[in-house]
Amino acid sequence: MSATPMSTALADPRDRGGPAQPMLIARGLRRYFRLKGRGQAVRAVDDVSFTVFKGETLGVVGESGCGKSTLARLLLHLLVPQAGEMVFDGDLVGAARGIGIAALRQQVQMVFQDSAASLNPRMPVRDSIAFGPLAAGQSRAAARQTAEALLQQVGLRPDLFGPRYPHELSGGQKQRVNIARALALGPRMVILDEAVSALDKSVEAQVLNLLRDLKRRLNLTYLFISHDLNVVRYISERVLVMYLGQVVELGPATAVFAAPRHPYTRALLASRLSMDADRRTLEPPLQGDPPSPIDAPSGCRFRTRCPCAEAVCASRAPPLGHWEDRASHIAACHMATQGSGHTLAGAG
Amino acid sequence: MDGGQDRGPPLLEVADLTVRFVGHEARVQALAGVSFSLRAGEVLCLLGESGSGKSVTLRALMQLLPPGRTEVAGQVRLAGQDVLALRGRALQAFRGGSVAMVFQEPMSALDPVYTIGQHLIEAIRQHRGGSRAAARARAIGLLELVKIPAAARRIDAYPHELSGGLRQRAMIALALSCTPRLLLADEPTTALDATVQIQVLILLRRLQQEFGMGTLFVTHDLAVAAEIADRVAVMYAGRIVEEGPVAAVLRAPAHPYTAALLASTVHDQAPDQDIPTIPGSPPDLGALPPGCSFAPRCALVRDACRIGPPPATHPAPGRMVRCLRSADVLATPLASLATGDYR
Amino acid sequence: MSETAIQAAAETPPASPMRGYWRSVFARLGRDPITLCFAVVVLAIVLAALAAPLIAPFDPYQQSIIGRLKPPGWRGHPLGTDELGRDLLSRLLYGGRISLLMGLAPVLIATLIGGTLGMIGGFAGRLANTAIMRTMDVFYAFPSVLLAVAISGAMGGGIGNGILSLSLVFTPAMCRIAETASAQVKHLDYIEAARASGASAARILRHHVLGNVLGPVLIYASSLVSVSILLASGLSFLGLGVQPPEPDWGLMLSTLRQSLYVDPLGCALPGIAIFTTSVCFNLLSDGVRRAMDVRA
Repeated sequence: MSATPMSTALADPRDRGGPAQPMLIARGLRRYFRLKGRGQAVRAVDDVSFTVFKGETLGVVGESGCGKSTLARLLLHLLVPQAGEMVFDGDLVGAARGIGIAALRQQVQMVFQDSAASLNPRMPVRDSIAFGPLAAGQSRAAARQTAEALLQQVGLRPDLFGPRYPHELSGGQKQRVNIARALALGPRMVILDEAVSALDKSVEAQVLNLLRDLKRRLNLTYLFISHDLNVVRYISERVLVMYLGQVVELGPATAVFAAPRHPYTRALLASRLSMDADRRTLEPPLQGDPPSPIDAPSGCRFRTRCPCAEAVCASRAPPLGHWEDRASHIAACHMATQGSGHTLAGAG
Repeated sequence: MDGGQDRGPPLLEVADLTVRFVGHEARVQALAGVSFSLRAGEVLCLLGESGSGKSVTLRALMQLLPPGRTEVAGQVRLAGQDVLALRGRALQAFRGGSVAMVFQEPMSALDPVYTIGQHLIEAIRQHRGGSRAAARARAIGLLELVKIPAAARRIDAYPHELSGGLRQRAMIALALSCTPRLLLADEPTTALDATVQIQVLILLRRLQQEFGMGTLFVTHDLAVAAEIADRVAVMYAGRIVEEGPVAAVLRAPAHPYTAALLASTVHDQAPDQDIPTIPGSPPDLGALPPGCSFAPRCALVRDACRIGPPPATHPAPGRMVRCLRSADVLATPLASLATGDYR
Repeated sequence: MSETAIQAAAETPPASPMRGYWRSVFARLGRDPITLCFAVVVLAIVLAALAAPLIAPFDPYQQSIIGRLKPPGWRGHPLGTDELGRDLLSRLLYGGRISLLMGLAPVLIATLIGGTLGMIGGFAGRLANTAIMRTMDVFYAFPSVLLAVAISGAMGGGIGNGILSLSLVFTPAMCRIAETASAQVKHLDYIEAARASGASAARILRHHVLGNVLGPVLIYASSLVSVSILLASGLSFLGLGVQPPEPDWGLMLSTLRQSLYVDPLGCALPGIAIFTTSVCFNLLSDGVRRAMDVRA
């Protein structure tokens, strides 16, 4: 596991396995929540595996209750996974000879959706940004310098905005502060959990541009969680679609958006609004709400809303398929698997 | 479906509506002379970002603004009735009778200790009287109307037992319970998932046509407006800066703000390019510039823009814009608007 | 990109000048004349009590058979005398020392112990929470006066034991309030973000939780000051707290009560002292809490 010499000028001394080694591998992550008083469990994240490559943006798409926020918290060990393992840049997370949780959190950081709730209302934003470096043992002066440099980087003048309290900032400015806070420990990977969803459209564009700009300059890797397909398509190289705690489709963004292989992905894409008043959607692509993850359907979890569901979908859960490399495009649907028993198998 | 620019007197007429919030230190001009009209059976979208005054407009219409801390001036007429003069009983009959409102967050708009049925039955009996059984039958009918599956069973559910989409449908049923003439909708689909949002939009569109209600629909999302509106009124800093038929406005905006908003909405942009953004941030409503409020952020700004608020002009029948340079904006194809080089 | 971003920053109105948290709190206090008034009154009461030996016109223990229950002004007694002919003003001044001690010390101790335990209990996992809160519930099960009487009775009278027993009485309620406030913020995103930045629990408690717990705890504590003075006088009345002839507002109130019809003013004076002190503490802490709220 010696450091591989790299040709790029951006070589990061912390980069251990070189650019080909994935930044993060998650295997079989699982987290159920037991419901009080009842014998049931919410299967929030159920056997989720994926790989994040260095320098890419992996978009995670899904509706409320699909487990995408739980997944984000599992990756940072804010919630402890009940099964599964994670490998960060070649090191097994939490293992004796691997990388510890504290070290992982130095390298992976998170930006939350609610820009207001994720800042301490009683702290000037400069102190919120400096909190991480201080906790990591930086001196007060150094932490403050870090904070001011970061404010500058996210486009907020440090002298004007540093001393302000969160309520004195607009939503977009607060989210910039949250991004600066996430960057304060110099992470290599940032998890963005619906980071632009609550913003006005024009502010969303500003923050997306900022995120792209920071990624280029700081050589970051993003896990971008969102329910907005337009945003995910714009910012991601690869996309992972989740439904009721499971991965239903995974592949390069262009392939997934051009030729979705799972009927749920197709429905999600068709549910996008058109921006053209002359071409309105006349029939909703899906009926009903996403079912509750408490008692998820047997077999394929999407079958209750799927227009193509057959008997085989109720009896057997479709496998996600074999994932080889970053160009692989796989879907957990019997129709995508030859010889699965579905009449449309292999056709779509 | 298109326009509704003829036939009959308007259902709702708002003239020069002005709202000021009076605080300890500052007075905030939330609305600065908003005028529009709405016909029965028409959907007008108030489109704008946070702080533009779109929600304040709705709340002023419903007289929901805290009386001690707000100053409301102007004229609001619903079918000839002076709405701002209503008090007491008359106001109660107006709210929920002639006018109903659908909120963004049904969870906070529904009382968690009552079932959906209790909400509906109480509303129906308050405004129409009648027996409890009749009201219940009507309530079930309403739930079926908004396509809640197994309505007869779900009527006894508490709000928290329903999913977000069903809750919003129940909220719509509650709004329709007294066959209002005017429906006010405040971002009713913003909190919903994509596959549910489109269902609710299509449902609202259908119900609005069936009932022939005038609908005032507040949203920050251009795409939502494109799905549901007949006309849009784009708001910025407490004013309507542009108004017109939805297709025309979205295809060829006449105000630089509308154009910039269109360009900055993430929608099929090339992934390797920055999205055009509007420089700066919305103005402080406590200290608005004397001229056009958008002037400090506008790429087309001229000295004349900074002198006084631009007057309303009509670039085409049924369209209104407040911009001295609307002719230049209209003459510019959208594609080059998006790149920002249309000076 | 960054240019537009910087522009975004530049065009918003300038913020208040840079300053520390506590300096801004004091600055806000300075703009609140009503709270300042109460602060002055509290300060005056405390100073008068402290300076009692210097400013008291008479010896508070000096009795007089003929000068009992005399009106103000009688032979140079500014506020008259009590039922044993002792100078009322001097006794009020000296009594302030003990009463303030009995009012403040138990509240302070309970705030420190109960507040800390509650904050930890609210933030910690289920096990620690259960351990702390169930222990507190045991104390809760007894009526507070009964508990104070029982503890004082078991340990004997005296000021020290009185303070101890009152502290024990106030701690569970304080703990509960701190626990509620602490549990409320526990799941907020900024706490999660702080955890994700690798900060220790102690650090998160100090920087992010404490501020949220302080407000409700301070409010409650200030309302306890008067309760504490009265409970202490109750203990004294039962012979468990302050022992006569020590001057104490509560004790004075209960002994002068018998002379209500003879000397209503003298009887009311200790009550007025207790009332003024507790109201001023209440309103002062209210003002301080408001000044500590940065969102105001």
